[in-house]
Amino acid sequence: MKLPIYLDNNSTTQMDPRVFETMKPYFLEVYGNAASKSHSFGWQAEEAVDYAREQVAKIIGASSKEIIFTSGATESNNLAIKGVYEMYAAKGNHFITVSTEHKAVLDACKHLEKLGAEVTYLPVGTDGLIQVSQIEAALKSTTVLVSVMYANNELGVIQPIREIGEVCRKNGVLFHTDATQAVGKIPVDVNADFIDLLSFTGHKMYGPKGVGALYVRRKNPRVKVTAQLDGGGHERGMRSGTLNVPGIVGFGKACEIALTDMDSDAKRLGAMRDRLENALLQLEETYVNGNKEHRLPHTANISFKYVEGEGLMMGIKDIAVSSGSACTSASLEPSYVLKNLGLDDELAHSSIRFGLGRFTTEEEIDFAINCVTTAVNKLRDMSPLWEMFKEGIDLKSIEWTEH
Amino acid sequence: MAYSEKVVDHYTNPRNIGTLDKADTNVGTGLVGAPECGDVMRLQIQVNDETGVIEDAKFKTFGCGSAIASSSLATEWIKGKTIDQALSIDNMDIVEELALPPVKIHCSVLAEDAIRAAINDYRAKKGLEPLVSEKTHH
Repeated sequence: MKLPIYLDNNSTTQMDPRVFETMKPYFLEVYGNAASKSHSFGWQAEEAVDYAREQVAKIIGASSKEIIFTSGATESNNLAIKGVYEMYAAKGNHFITVSTEHKAVLDACKHLEKLGAEVTYLPVGTDGLIQVSQIEAALKSTTVLVSVMYANNELGVIQPIREIGEVCRKNGVLFHTDATQAVGKIPVDVNADFIDLLSFTGHKMYGPKGVGALYVRRKNPRVKVTAQLDGGGHERGMRSGTLNVPGIVGFGKACEIALTDMDSDAKRLGAMRDRLENALLQLEETYVNGNKEHRLPHTANISFKYVEGEGLMMGIKDIAVSSGSACTSASLEPSYVLKNLGLDDELAHSSIRFGLGRFTTEEEIDFAINCVTTAVNKLRDMSPLWEMFKEGIDLKSIEWTEH
Repeated sequence: MAYSEKVVDHYTNPRNIGTLDKADTNVGTGLVGAPECGDVMRLQIQVNDETGVIEDAKFKTFGCGSAIASSSLATEWIKGKTIDQALSIDNMDIVEELALPPVKIHCSVLAEDAIRAAINDYRAKKGLEPLVSEKTHH
């Protein structure tokens, strides 16, 4: 086993070697511009892109004509939200989204607010989920778009997408979902889920970085977005720029593999995740954040009370994880997602997101269980807060000195 | 962020972790920091009434590696010293010894505050006035 071990697969994933092999010829041999219509270099590149477009469309149950290639999910989210705002300005200016969305969605919405949009940010419950009734209650005659992420990047919780999509369709409101964490991991179907726009990316599913897609529905209803990049009018005029052919080829292959391996990956990773989680929950005052039932199979977000985040990260330096620490020390920003859950006594704990992936081994899980358990126990042994908790002292009853 | 070797050493092998009996009249306890700031230090000293020498020192810290190292180092330094000598420890001495980066200077300040708070607690038990901090922190 090689150290450090990688358990941060919600951030990005190692490329699958099969993807890498598929991409290789498109750097040195088939290097044409897919938009070049006058020679074989261009035709070959175009053919490769067409094939990849089919592979990418298939994983979300779409038609290849509905796929707009982008540089990644951030661009897709921006294009969906800003593009709808411009395209449907005559219809209305009200947007509905959720407080725990990715910054690419939240900040795009904030940008639109400056331009005159009205945005409703719905709060989530303590389990990280929103209720369909919240969406229904927030709809107005001016609502043009509802944007709700498929699965949350920090918690892994899966929102009730189909129910939300149904409400939107019934009310004639467009529905966008940032499905970056979900596609390739759990079944996603734009038709069954009533999705009109969907953002996703290659690098979260063992594909290359720098390539993603926006699904834009073509019928029932026909959806259009105003381009945010002006230029050669590529991608049906919605996204100009020379296509990233090797990236797109890799993204396509990654989708094909993900579709084939989804069930077995989910089963295997789910079992490993549960083993990790159950072992860590043996520690006292340890909690899982977010709904455990409606959750991605490879993700676990766990809080350890009375342990400081940065100190814990230092103790588990052989494991690459993300800390959604709730502490406010200089270098670790509190996670707005965790804050939105309204965690009790949230300031005296630290949270770690474990993200398993296709290449995670049982041996690595054993190592992680050991390493985290040792570090948490060690830090609690030296934590005055833990001692107070053990003595039954309420931390809120103490007058702390500001510094 | 890279930690200095000395911070890693104190984090890995902290000196003087533990708890002294805070009800003991020869024990002074200082609790500084706040959970919402991400650092809480508790530093305790056991003082010989006749000599004024700090015969034992213990700490417990909730915080980052630099906070743990600062308090560990502080206990190491004050053990065997008189109260007056302990009071002369400057937070910048800790910064220098542990090679703390600017964002971690507050950890050293907290350690110095913890020493002072423990000494004041001891003084209070002996019916003495608390010492007022004369210096401003770096």
